[in-house]
Amino acid sequence: MKALILGANSEIARNFSEILAEKEHAELLLGSRNEEDLDRTARHLRLKYGIKSHWLKFDATDYQTHKGFFEKTLEILGELDLILIAFGYLGDNEKGIFHFDEARRVFEINFLGAVSILSHAVPYFMERKSGTIIGISSVAGDRGRRSNFIYGSAKSAFSEYLSGLRAYLFQYGVHVMTVKPGPTRTPMTEEMDIKSSLLADPYKVALDIYRAYKKKKPVIYTPRKWKFIMGIIKHIPESIFRRLNV
Amino acid sequence: MKIQLSGWGNYPVAECEVRRIYNLSTVKNFVLKNDNLITRGLGRSYADQSLNSSGIVLENGLNRLLDFDERNGILHAESGLSFYDILKIFLKKGYFPSVTPGTKFVTLGGAVASDVHGKNHHKEGSISEHISEITLMLADGSIKKLNPDMDLFWATFSGMGLTGVVLDVKFRLKKVETSYIRFKSVRVKDLDELMAVITENDKNFTYTVAWVDSLAKGKSLGRGVGMFGEHAKLEELPDKLKREPLKFVERRTLSIPFYFPSFLLNDLTIGLFNEAYYITHGTYEGIIDYEKFFYPLDSINHWNRAYGKRGFVQFQFVVPEDKTLIELFESIVKHGGGSFLAVLKRMGNQKGYFAFGMEGWTFALDFPVKSGLFEFLRKLSRKIADKGGRIYLTKDAILEPDVFRDMYPEWRDWKSIKESVDPSNKFQSDFSRRLGL
Repeated sequence: MKALILGANSEIARNFSEILAEKEHAELLLGSRNEEDLDRTARHLRLKYGIKSHWLKFDATDYQTHKGFFEKTLEILGELDLILIAFGYLGDNEKGIFHFDEARRVFEINFLGAVSILSHAVPYFMERKSGTIIGISSVAGDRGRRSNFIYGSAKSAFSEYLSGLRAYLFQYGVHVMTVKPGPTRTPMTEEMDIKSSLLADPYKVALDIYRAYKKKKPVIYTPRKWKFIMGIIKHIPESIFRRLNV
Repeated sequence: MKIQLSGWGNYPVAECEVRRIYNLSTVKNFVLKNDNLITRGLGRSYADQSLNSSGIVLENGLNRLLDFDERNGILHAESGLSFYDILKIFLKKGYFPSVTPGTKFVTLGGAVASDVHGKNHHKEGSISEHISEITLMLADGSIKKLNPDMDLFWATFSGMGLTGVVLDVKFRLKKVETSYIRFKSVRVKDLDELMAVITENDKNFTYTVAWVDSLAKGKSLGRGVGMFGEHAKLEELPDKLKREPLKFVERRTLSIPFYFPSFLLNDLTIGLFNEAYYITHGTYEGIIDYEKFFYPLDSINHWNRAYGKRGFVQFQFVVPEDKTLIELFESIVKHGGGSFLAVLKRMGNQKGYFAFGMEGWTFALDFPVKSGLFEFLRKLSRKIADKGGRIYLTKDAILEPDVFRDMYPEWRDWKSIKESVDPSNKFQSDFSRRLGL
């Protein structure tokens, strides 16, 4: 199988790439901003698993380059079975509330960037009548919380977009999966003031994603406990929720 | 992220601000933005070597393969790659690390920082002799490639991470026909016999080590088992094993789920354990797998918890003369204070400013932390220094600057090299501060 991994230098994506290489002997094209890391990861996958791997520089917010990027991807791989959207930006919530530039960046990377690149991938998959789109959203998108709603609302938009896209592409035989990880041990959470024991292991998250992909699940929470936690959080009435320090 | 960290001995424990390196592009930023940091691999050094209570502990998450030269067996990889990873990837291709420490859960960066040695030290030296190049990031963010012709190379090996961040390493793997070991063990009744059997078999075996009972007294003083090994050739394997000669062993049968209560750890109970070990490990020749030979303790997850919450100190020294070893051994047995397993081995010379190895005997054992222990060990270390020996820094929990300097007279030269590459002392740890480095 052939897969395009966007945000390939991120921890969940790196682990997912390893799993695809190991279990599917996939041919991979990695996209991210830092070229040296991309090159090292591509080489590593080649050496460790004997797969074919490639990389291209990818910037989620450089929308004009996305068409050319996708065309180049197809040129290199020949065809495409799977695309993983794993790029994201947590941002500073306080800053985002009062300084639009920060909020804009959060929305552009987490939401608009994905919509942009997918606008080129979707017609390709529709024509093929097969393929999988995996979008890494977040539990933060399930409800706007006071500590994290700039990022949360961007992810919420992404989740709803994926949900609609899932229905739209269903009749074409194209599968769209939404992944909602809880806080995971990655560079994104390094700065957060959170106990390390509460953070999920990125490899385990990637493995959950892989297993769900094989089962063609529409939405998954990883680790699984978040499904129940968010289920409760989503049902708290606003009149109470607004007072909580969640 | 503040985490309670310790070394493998669970002593001492310190609350440290921990960050993780995930990408090459972020290392430089970390190094430039912080003025007090130490890198950490898998935390298998025993005491405060990779702890930093006043600064940052940088966990190494860089573990990619960069290149592999099949003809010469030279692996070029990022420093966070572990011996476990190396075995998992390369054993099936017919390669084995040319030097391996007693546990697989050590990173290449950690192996450099400790200049690790294994059961083949007397014949093949420590890991520094099998690494042709390391890439080091210095305090100013610059990246330098170091080779054995450079002083900084030898200051970085055994340098405990104090010269900079090791980014990647070129490490030679040896070609093997099988993942099995042609093994011979010899049970002996006292120290003289043990030393003799080691000296004799050292000539004929690449890998040798001996287990010694550090509690048995009187006529049984120094009884133990000598263990010798050689990589088995394909033709030496029984037919059953020939079918999968390069098998990777994923064996983790036991786990110690909680810390043993300290009342369990006394001379009587540990003595009984040692007795049982002595009885069950006899004189034997045969084929065993690499995991059993090289990594017997790895099969017990969290074996360090057997020493209880107070933790333990591992004391490893090397002395040049037979009689010094005997004297020290007798003092240790007389003192008691127990240890599950003590290890005895012959060593050869080793290069480096803080190199541990020298021609002579190395002895390693664990002491559960108890009152009075440190005074005893400090007395012993003073004696060791006086007799021209030294203590292995990777395991040390007790040394003070004066004895340390006597053991490692090249500390002044090392310090000038350190000052030239890290003038503001950016790379420091609880360990470096304890020793005045």
